[in-house]
Amino acid sequence: MPTKLSRREFLRLTAGSAAAISMSGFLAPFIKEAVAAGEAPPVIWIQGASCTGCSISLLNTVHPSIKEVLLETISLRYHPNVMAAAGDLALEEGMFKVAEKYKGQFFLVVEGAVPTGANGLFCTVGEKKDGTPITFESLVKEIGSKAKAVLNVGTCSSFGGIPAAGDNPTDCVPVSRIVDNTMINIPGCPPHPDWIVGTLAYVLLYNSIPELDTHGRPKMFFGGIIHDNCPRRQYFDNGIYARNFSDPGCLLELGCKGPIAHCDSTTRLWNGGTNWCIKAGAPCIGCTEPEFPWVIYRRLPEFPIGPRITTTVDEIGLVLGGLTAVGIAGHLVGNIATGRIGPKKDEEKEGDN
Amino acid sequence: MPQKIVVDPVTRIEGHLKIEVEVEGGKVVDARTSGTLFRGLELIMRGRDPRDAQQFMQRICGVCPTGHATAGTLALDDAFGIAPPKNGRIIRNLILGSNYIQSHVLHFFHLAALDYVNAAAVVNAPPFTPQYQFEFKLPSDVNKAAVEAYIQALVIRRKAQEMLAIWGGKMPHVQAIVPGGVTEHPDAQKIAEFKSRLKELIDFVDNTYIPIVEAVAKYYPEWLEIGAGCKNMLAYGGFPLEDGKDHISAKKLFPGGIVFADGSKAVFDPNLVSEQVKYSWYKDEIAGKPTEAVVEPDPQKAGAYSWLKAPRYDGKVMEVGPLARMIVMEEPRVKALGAKAYSVLGRHYARAIECSIVAHAMDEWVTQLEIGQPVCTPHEVPSETRQGVGLCEAARGALGHWHRIENGLTRVYNAVVPTTWNASPRDEKGQRGAMEEALVGTPVKDPKNPVELVRVVRSFDPCFGCAIHLMTPDKKTIAEFQIG
Repeated sequence: MPTKLSRREFLRLTAGSAAAISMSGFLAPFIKEAVAAGEAPPVIWIQGASCTGCSISLLNTVHPSIKEVLLETISLRYHPNVMAAAGDLALEEGMFKVAEKYKGQFFLVVEGAVPTGANGLFCTVGEKKDGTPITFESLVKEIGSKAKAVLNVGTCSSFGGIPAAGDNPTDCVPVSRIVDNTMINIPGCPPHPDWIVGTLAYVLLYNSIPELDTHGRPKMFFGGIIHDNCPRRQYFDNGIYARNFSDPGCLLELGCKGPIAHCDSTTRLWNGGTNWCIKAGAPCIGCTEPEFPWVIYRRLPEFPIGPRITTTVDEIGLVLGGLTAVGIAGHLVGNIATGRIGPKKDEEKEGDN
Repeated sequence: MPQKIVVDPVTRIEGHLKIEVEVEGGKVVDARTSGTLFRGLELIMRGRDPRDAQQFMQRICGVCPTGHATAGTLALDDAFGIAPPKNGRIIRNLILGSNYIQSHVLHFFHLAALDYVNAAAVVNAPPFTPQYQFEFKLPSDVNKAAVEAYIQALVIRRKAQEMLAIWGGKMPHVQAIVPGGVTEHPDAQKIAEFKSRLKELIDFVDNTYIPIVEAVAKYYPEWLEIGAGCKNMLAYGGFPLEDGKDHISAKKLFPGGIVFADGSKAVFDPNLVSEQVKYSWYKDEIAGKPTEAVVEPDPQKAGAYSWLKAPRYDGKVMEVGPLARMIVMEEPRVKALGAKAYSVLGRHYARAIECSIVAHAMDEWVTQLEIGQPVCTPHEVPSETRQGVGLCEAARGALGHWHRIENGLTRVYNAVVPTTWNASPRDEKGQRGAMEEALVGTPVKDPKNPVELVRVVRSFDPCFGCAIHLMTPDKKTIAEFQIG
């Protein structure tokens, strides 16, 4: 594998600063080299209880372009929306043979939750030689156990997401519940294309897993919270709240989950840098969190910030807003939210590759 | 003795589809299409804040979430008794229109074209290989131009998403459409950014997309004869052009209406829609109006073969989508095809023409925005019982959402979506769905490489995430809406 780009440089390039919108563009040449040398491990991408939104988001990648991703960056052997083949030809040649030949070497991308109700019959993805259906659940177990690692793209495969909400009528579970293998969660409904391409680039380039947070998310994209860099932050600090959609003011009362949502949309922006949720006046829906979908347009009385720890936004505000922290809960919240508590960032301790 | 061919999964569509046909004498004599994913999103909505519908229903489908955001908020507007101001109406139209362009371009070039264009001849690697072995008919220079257009279309559809995000916040899953209008305000920079991208897209649609569809039709003329289907065309109407009227009666870019196979026309009456489940994996075989919530899942049900229900209009099988819209509005270029419009390539042509119509219309709409004027009408979630209907034209066809609110929470949600019309299984009378009907008569040269079958299926631009999302917890009818 090429080693021209050190991990430290990689992390610097992926840092969520405004200048880094095109971060993954820096990586393409290094990965291209590996693909051209025939060394790049194959990628198999499967879809379960999904809406295809994650794949559509991937197609929106700017740097590298999707052409570079599909034709020069990853060796994509199976993708239900993109591949030329269909039916048995697709399953046999694109999936089963590849998974066998590259056992322990290929990466599996899962989009969508796994319905386990009715013995998995709520989602079938093909049929066996004898005509019986192949359930998505059985496919994830089989292919997932053979992969070098599983990348859960989207909140559904990472945490359950919308199909697992409410009464969870089809008993949807995240992939981690049924597969025991190395796993990376790239949540978001859908995830930003940079998060998908950037994580794929990292694993292909270094053949290892980037540093993850307690929810299995790469810290390079999910290390900060929306609230820290929110363009409406001054309204929050001044206690000016929007009461109706399209009004100026902090969007907290309209349900904004910015204070606990981990991602870098504030600085990365979406769709080629044109816009993003809060810039368009829409409250953050907290789509990268395990608790998603919450209650979308209502202010939550309490936010979960860790196992068995909840807090209110006012407490977060007290700490982040620079006022005196009162009580141990508020203190804890502030420290976790600003990264002062938790595993040390690896940049200082990790050597160049 | 008929030979059975199964294609499972059908790739290059949205969602999970299996097709099963019987071939005799080189032609399909019977067909079954099966949607093979069930999520139950409408049940998940039950008991929630009704405004969540806009976000939850978008997750029906990541290719065309804007259709569901539009229908979902129209139903909320209706239930709350509010309407968007002029800017809100226009921006909603720009959001949905931008998604038409991305969806149609994606569909033709990236989902359907590989059945006619030999991409492997230009790029011989995954994901273009492996593929079914069959004869490609485009001359090499045309083929090369089409592959280049495939690559160019990747950029074009991305830019259409960017146009959408200028007003919608981000895409997929638009954030800015809310009850009463939108959250994003127009300003000069956004208008300029939108127009500059639109100019490029109009050029691509008029000078690349449409000519390539025409070139495919020139070298594959038989596909203007195959895949006619039921020929009953249904449109609810979409893109309201007037303010101060409810969204159903307002004048629209695409008018609503029905044209039957015999050429007779009718005004759409929502009360004539029924949903049937005899061949669907749901308990309770009752014919229900879309306004009634029906059935619970039964994946082992004998005789059933799909997660889709079978909607029928006055008992008839109907086709929805760009072809239906162009037939209903009597679009001259599509009309000029005569009977050939009802075909695999007729559908692709209608989609391309429609894409151009929407793109040019948006160029005008964006100049009608009034900077500094309101974009949204305030609302309160009512505590008394309310119900609302939202009818629109999603990229793939007529889309209806029905929403009943009790005690400030969602009690019943029901979405009848384009692909459920097009890809439904048989109904109680045994009538095949529109796509099944279109498959019958299709020639199959080589049963091991049944490219003909997927050509027919893909011409409908099916979306199975959309089609299957239905269920209620009760076996009985739990509510009925007043509509129409």
